[in-house]
Amino acid sequence: MARSTFEATIAPIVFMCMGVSLIPLALPPDSASHSSIAPGIVWIMVLLASLMSLERIFTFDYEDGSLEQLLISPQLLTQPIFGKLVAHWVMTGVPMALASPIMAFVLSLPADGYIPMILSIVIGSAYLSLAGSVCASLTVSLGRGGFLLPITVIPLYMPIIIFGTATIDFAISGMDWLFPLAVMGTFLCLATAICPIVVAAIFRSTPLF
Amino acid sequence: MIRSFLSFKWLYRLSSPKFFYSTSGKAIPWLLLISVTLLAVGLFWGLLIAPPDARQGDSFRIIYIHVPSSFLALAGYYFMAVAGAVGLVWRTKLSFWFMKSAASIGASMTFLALFTGAIWGRPSWGTYWVWDARVTSMLILLFLYLGVMAMIRAFDNKEYGQKNGAILALVGTVNVPIIYKSVDWWHTLHQPATLKLTSESTIHIDMLQPLLVMIVGFYLFYALTICLFLRAEILYHEQATSWVKDLCVRRQEKSG
Repeated sequence: MARSTFEATIAPIVFMCMGVSLIPLALPPDSASHSSIAPGIVWIMVLLASLMSLERIFTFDYEDGSLEQLLISPQLLTQPIFGKLVAHWVMTGVPMALASPIMAFVLSLPADGYIPMILSIVIGSAYLSLAGSVCASLTVSLGRGGFLLPITVIPLYMPIIIFGTATIDFAISGMDWLFPLAVMGTFLCLATAICPIVVAAIFRSTPLF
Repeated sequence: MIRSFLSFKWLYRLSSPKFFYSTSGKAIPWLLLISVTLLAVGLFWGLLIAPPDARQGDSFRIIYIHVPSSFLALAGYYFMAVAGAVGLVWRTKLSFWFMKSAASIGASMTFLALFTGAIWGRPSWGTYWVWDARVTSMLILLFLYLGVMAMIRAFDNKEYGQKNGAILALVGTVNVPIIYKSVDWWHTLHQPATLKLTSESTIHIDMLQPLLVMIVGFYLFYALTICLFLRAEILYHEQATSWVKDLCVRRQEKSG
């Protein structure tokens, strides 16, 4: 349990912070240029860290057979799947949102951007878990470490990175940042309604061993 | 006649691989003739007769390849996703093969649109590649196509792979409206859409006519390539059936 908590929660955050620490090394060392690119860097790091943890949602269950038990249980399959996705978001997305001020501080993000950034990561990472779960369930029988999961999931992440960075950018430049945040909320609502059902349908047709 | 058309029996018949193979065999020469004629006329008209642009001179003429291929890159995604949905719902084999063909052709069209855009960008924007909203979203469209193609081919169980590819294609349609609207939402380098259905186009009529010819020609060319790809898929998947074996025997007898 301790090991899996580390891998699920701490590792993405460590990965994010290490990734951010590479940015000043690669770019010209004046902090003004960092603050203008900070929203984009923060969101790319969130996206990559969430991509890293995506395989964990279903692979272990598939490997040890508990997925099979879920499939033959009398209860509706969408419920445990939705529960798993919420758990995944609580274990990875929320900690990332809480840790993001560290990254923003290192990248000298203006103070107006902090609260929009945290809110956008809270909402956006939930979408990332949901949309990513579709691709994770499609590729679950291929095992871990495949290249198919990242190349199929990154295009689905496109809307969230657009509106996520827009939320922070709008807040920094004094515009109404609730608009892009509301668009992200729309995407989240859609994904919440659709993704668990899609994932359940995918598992119904997955050949199990 | 009309009643039998509306009862969709023809659609059911068309979804049988054997019937589709023989019907498309008759349609292919016509499609080839009309599409090649339209493309030749459109190219000749667009490249030689249409007047040069007031600001861009002759370099604008690449529009006659760029716009039709972009149209098909986007429309082709819908064709692919709808075929996947039809396959998932009615479990017709042919629609999955259609989806697979549409994925390859759509990816090539997207690449063509990006490539001609890069060539066009050099004289008009001063650079081959810009991370402009439209260009980037078209690149994402290419990745979507590649993802679906990879997903279809990733599994040993072909039916499972096709099903998964169809689901991925359907989920990916979230992005297509964003790509359509990207030129209106972000005012970056790429100009807004020239052709509009609801309001007047922002292109002169002398330049528009050859463009329309090219667009129709590209659509027919797309239909032609889909037919050819689908026929290859049908022969590959149905190679064990008796009608394909008969076909091979007859071909051999004909050739000597």
